[in-house]
Amino acid sequence: MTLSWVDWLLMLVYFAFVLGIGVALKRYTKTSADFFQAGRAMPAWVCGLAFISANLGAQEIIGMAASGAKYGIATSHFYWIGAIPAMVFLGIFMMPFYYGSRARSVPEYLRLRFDEKTRAFNALSFALMTVFSSGISMYAMAKLLELLHVLDSPFRTLGLNPSYIFDTCIAASALVVLVYIFFGGLSSAIYNEVLQFFLIVAGFLPLVYLGVRDAGGWRAMQQSLPSSMTHSWQGFGSASTNAMGVDAFGVAMGLGFVLSFGYWCTDFLVVQRAMAANSMAAARRTPLIAAFPKMLFPLLVVLPGLIALSVPPAHIRPGGSGRSGGLGPSNPVIAIVESPEALPSQGLIPYKLRAGTGQVVYDSDGRAVRDYDLAVPVLLLRYFPAGMLGLGLTALLASFMSGMAGNVTAFNTVWTYDIYQAYIRKGATDAHYLWVGRMATIFGIAASVATAYVAAQFNNIMDVLQLVFAFVNAPLLATFLLGMFWKRTTGHGAFAGLLAGTAAAALHHGLTLPLGAASGVKGGWVAIVHMYPSEMAQNFWTAIFAWTACFVTTIAVSLVTKPRDEQELVGLVHSLTTKPRDEQLAWYARPATLAAIVLAVTLLLNVVFY
Amino acid sequence: MPLDIRVPIGVMLGIMGALLAGYGVLGDHSIYARSLGLNINLIWGTVLVITAAILLTLALRKRRP
Repeated sequence: MTLSWVDWLLMLVYFAFVLGIGVALKRYTKTSADFFQAGRAMPAWVCGLAFISANLGAQEIIGMAASGAKYGIATSHFYWIGAIPAMVFLGIFMMPFYYGSRARSVPEYLRLRFDEKTRAFNALSFALMTVFSSGISMYAMAKLLELLHVLDSPFRTLGLNPSYIFDTCIAASALVVLVYIFFGGLSSAIYNEVLQFFLIVAGFLPLVYLGVRDAGGWRAMQQSLPSSMTHSWQGFGSASTNAMGVDAFGVAMGLGFVLSFGYWCTDFLVVQRAMAANSMAAARRTPLIAAFPKMLFPLLVVLPGLIALSVPPAHIRPGGSGRSGGLGPSNPVIAIVESPEALPSQGLIPYKLRAGTGQVVYDSDGRAVRDYDLAVPVLLLRYFPAGMLGLGLTALLASFMSGMAGNVTAFNTVWTYDIYQAYIRKGATDAHYLWVGRMATIFGIAASVATAYVAAQFNNIMDVLQLVFAFVNAPLLATFLLGMFWKRTTGHGAFAGLLAGTAAAALHHGLTLPLGAASGVKGGWVAIVHMYPSEMAQNFWTAIFAWTACFVTTIAVSLVTKPRDEQELVGLVHSLTTKPRDEQLAWYARPATLAAIVLAVTLLLNVVFY
Repeated sequence: MPLDIRVPIGVMLGIMGALLAGYGVLGDHSIYARSLGLNINLIWGTVLVITAAILLTLALRKRRP
C-alpha cells in the first residue's frame, strides 16, 4: 500500500491531538483520584462514549467483520443479545453499588462486600489479563501494518531496513500510549476514547455506504447472499442448522447471559469508565447512553464482512500493475495478497495461504479457506482513494491505541489500589500513590511490549494463557449477582464458588472438543466426552457450566458459613440499600426511561433483521 | 470536566475535514474511479467540517451562559 502525502498528514493530525490532549491534561492531574478516577468529574455522555470505545479495539473491528463474513448478520447477536441487555442491567441495577459504595475499582468492591482473598484473586487475575490483552492488541496492530505494507515506502525513502517495521510499530504505539496515560491518567484515556469514537464513525460510515451502494443496495445483497447470512435468527432452532453451531438456548444463556453479563457488568475495563462519572445518575446513565451507538454498530462493523462477500468478483481484475506496482484502481486487493493464487473467485476476501509454501489452504470439504480477517483492509483499499484512505487507516490505528490504553488504565488502577496499597505499602501519602500509578503505567506498557513479542514467537502459549483467563472470568458473574442481591452470601462462599467455577470451566473444556479440531488448546486434553459442532458452541457451554458451578457452590458454602453483620453491608447489597431516586431528573435523563427505549429499539432491530 | 472535550475533537475533525475537502477540490480527480465515481473526499470532508462546527458551537454556547 502506497500512501500519499495527504494520508500521512491526516495521521499526523491525529497523533498531534492524541499527544496534545495528554500533555494538556497534565495540569489537571494532581491527585491519585484525578489520575485513577478522572476526578469523578466526567459528564454521562463522555463516559458513555468512552465506555463503548474502550471495548471497541481494532481486534473487535477486524474480528466482527471477519465473523460477519463467516456467519452473516447473526454476528449482530454479539451486540443485540451479547451486550445491550447486560449494559441495561449494569446501569439500572449494578451501578448503584459500584458507584455508591465509593469503591475505586471492581476488586475493591469485592473487598468491601466479601473479603481480602476474593479481592486478591480477582485483582491478580485481572491485572495479568489487562497487560496480556494490551500486548496482544499491540502485536495485532504491528502485524497488520506489516501485512498492509503501510510503512514500506517511508522505510525505503529513509534508507531503513524494512525488517524493523514490526519493532517500529510496537515501539511507536507503546510510546504514544505511554505519553498520554503517564500525564493525564484516566481522563486522558477517556478523552482519547471519545475522540476515537468520532474517528471510527468518520472512517467507517462512508466505507459502508460505498460498499452497500456498490453491491447494489441491501435488497440486492439479500438476494446474492444465502438467506441465513442476512437473517439473524434463521436456523437457530437447532444447533445443526446454523453456521455458528449453537441453538437459541445456547445463544440466550451462554452469550446473552453468562458471557455478556460477565463481561459488561464485572470487567473493570469498562466499569471504570462509568465509575468516573460526575454523579450517581450520570454513572447509571453511562452504559445506557453507550447502548445507543452499540446497537447500531453492527452496521459499521458487521456489514463490511457481508459487503466483502457480496461485491461481484468482476471488480477484481488480476494482472495489470501487480503487487510491485502498488495498487491500481482496477485491482487494489492484489497489493496485500501474497500471491495471485490467493485472489478470490467471488467477493473480495482473499484465500488463506499456507505459510512458506504459498499454497491455498483447503478445508475438509475441499473448499478454499478465506482469510476473513482481511475483510476490512481489502474494503479500505477497494473503495477509499488517497485522502479517505488516510482517514480510514487513522480510524483503525485509533481503535488499536484506545484498546491498548483502556487496558493500561485499568491495570495501573488495580495494581496501585488493589495490590500495592493493599498488600505492599499501606498508608502512604496520596502523592506517593500517584507516583506509583505513573510507574505502573511504564511497567504495564513494558510488560505489554514483552507480551507482544512472546505472542509473535509462541502462538500456542498465548492461546493457553487466553484460555486460563477465560476460565477465571467465566464464573465471576455468579459471584457478583449473589453478592449484590443476596445478603446471606459470605466471603468464604464467594471464594469457594470462584474456585469451583474456574475448575468447572477447565474441566468442561478438557472433556469436550469442537468438530474438526485436534485435542490440545482447543479442548479435549483430559478425554473427549462430547463433540460440539463449533468452537463458539463449546465456548458458550463452558461459560454456562462455569457459572452454574460457581452459583451452586457459592450458595452451598454461604449457607454453612457465618454471614456478615447486616450493618456492614449497607450500600453494598440490594435489599439493604435505599434505591436511588430519579424523580427530580427530566424524563429523558432517567435511567429507567432510557433503558426502556434501548430495549424497545433492540427488539425492533431483531424483528427487522429476523 | 477539566477541559471541554468537544473543543479538541471539533478542532481535529475540522482540520481533517478541511484537508479532505481541499484535496478533493484541488487533487487529481481520476482517483475517484475507486469510490464509484463519487468525489468522496470533498463530500465527506464537508460533512466532517459541519460536524466540527456543530461541536464547537455547542462548546462555545456552554461557555457563556
